[in-house]
Amino acid sequence: MGTLTEEIFSYKLGRPVEEGETVVVDVDRVMSHDTTTPLAIQAFRKLNQQNGGRVFNPQRSHIVFDHIVPAATIAAATLHRDIRTFAQEQGISILQEGICHQVMPERGYVAPGDIIVGADSHTCTYGALGAFATGMGSTDIGVAYATGRTWFRVPQTINIRINGTLPFGVYAKDVTLEMVRRVGVDGANYRAIEYTGELVEQMSVSERFTLCNMAIEMGGKVGLVVPDATTRSWLRDRTDREYPMLAPRNPRYEHVIEIDASHLQPLIACPPDVNNVVPVEEVGQVKIDQVFLGTCTNGRLDDLAIAASILQGKTIHPQTRMVVVPASREVYLEAMRLGYLETFVQAGASVGTPGCGPCIGRHYGVLAPGERALTTMNRNFTGRMGDPTAEIYLGSPATVAATALTGFITDPRDFL
Amino acid sequence: MAHIWMLGDNVNTDVIIPGRYNVTTDRAQLARYCLCEVLPEFAQQVQAGDVLMAGHNFGCGSSREHAPAAIQACGVQVVIARSFARIFYRNAVNIGLPVLVCEEAVLASADGQEIEVDLATGIIRNNTTGQTFQAEPLNPFVARIVAAGGIIEYIHQEGTLR
Repeated sequence: MGTLTEEIFSYKLGRPVEEGETVVVDVDRVMSHDTTTPLAIQAFRKLNQQNGGRVFNPQRSHIVFDHIVPAATIAAATLHRDIRTFAQEQGISILQEGICHQVMPERGYVAPGDIIVGADSHTCTYGALGAFATGMGSTDIGVAYATGRTWFRVPQTINIRINGTLPFGVYAKDVTLEMVRRVGVDGANYRAIEYTGELVEQMSVSERFTLCNMAIEMGGKVGLVVPDATTRSWLRDRTDREYPMLAPRNPRYEHVIEIDASHLQPLIACPPDVNNVVPVEEVGQVKIDQVFLGTCTNGRLDDLAIAASILQGKTIHPQTRMVVVPASREVYLEAMRLGYLETFVQAGASVGTPGCGPCIGRHYGVLAPGERALTTMNRNFTGRMGDPTAEIYLGSPATVAATALTGFITDPRDFL
Repeated sequence: MAHIWMLGDNVNTDVIIPGRYNVTTDRAQLARYCLCEVLPEFAQQVQAGDVLMAGHNFGCGSSREHAPAAIQACGVQVVIARSFARIFYRNAVNIGLPVLVCEEAVLASADGQEIEVDLATGIIRNNTTGQTFQAEPLNPFVARIVAAGGIIEYIHQEGTLR
């Protein structure tokens, strides 16, 4: 009996578990990436001298290179080299084929009922498939690599019910920004979020990833969607293992937030906080130096499809640069096959290697002092994409594509 | 004497240690850029034992442990906030950087004031104003990790994670 979170922990521990309990559990998968792995290795080595220094299970330990690929500096290349040495020693295959949060689900490493910990805050994305997945720091992940276990305080749950249908020009990203606006940047701190409602039930897995990805932007430990036929069909060709279709049973939610998507408009999060959300039509004339389409929030095929449909046969504004980075190799290949990448390149965009791209300000589209970017990212924090005086706005792939054409923040409804 | 460095709400890990400076595990390197986006003079002027105070949701954003590691490497004795973002809080506890939640102390203190903190009892004394505050008690499991000096030390002590 309980929330989906309580159901997952009860299933794993074989006894009824309630929110507020502190539990130690076995994890199904452990993940870290090229920035967080080095500190995790340090913690792992410090902890694990006594039992031969092996990870708990190399097949369930995943290192993804995505934050600085290919290496942009000697420092990054050196970290990569050292991580490769560790991975080889441990029998772990390094994945360098896109953003960790896209690659983990694509490879079938995430299924309903799993408990997954990752050394990246957006690990909460996997909740879209009904897994309890959360971001942690490197030491927690080093401990999980060594022991296959971690501890949790089982969180209370906020239920966000999203009903209605998406109006013309409004997408899952706009719904997500509306949620952050309503809940605030710490309104879900220490809590799980369960997304329910008719719109969530109708959403594709990709759209659900967008919702769950930004649970952390409200402080959430995890964002969850109850697994259903859509989940099953997405997983069909990705994993053949059995998984439990857990669902909440008479859940006690801390509170419920209702969103009627039918009344939404295209939205923009203005710098420097993610809850600083306004309708696109109210932002006024904001000149944009660079747009960026990609990331674990919005770098999937449907995102690229919307943007390509807007840019088809057109050229981006001469004073604006556009960077496109597909979230994974799978997305990249499919976007290439469908002609989207050609559309972007013809329009004047740079198309980059699958990975995080410019989202963390280290390479491939860094911003100069005073510049402004509109991106499909999940964070608009000061200094995130380069110089601290640069400003970052967040919007949907459609808004980003429309803006690329005009050079200032633009309502996509005029271009669809 | 320890001094207070006062910060506002929602100080995120990107401003504690920007992504362009955390491509390293060298603590001294991290310390050099700690809080550079919001308090450019901090890394230069902070004294060992000083106290960081902040409003709500301190350490929100990225899971990068470089953030508490940078603060620790600067010699900060303890971070006291009205509330912490979950991942930062856990990371700080894991690496042995003391963190206390005390709404009243933050509201009644100001930048540059002198402060004394008893980490064992959670008693915070603002020596400039003479006021004393009691921080919120820790979750019992967290208290055991803190008492051991970090999660690795805790596991070594217990023999396993339990």
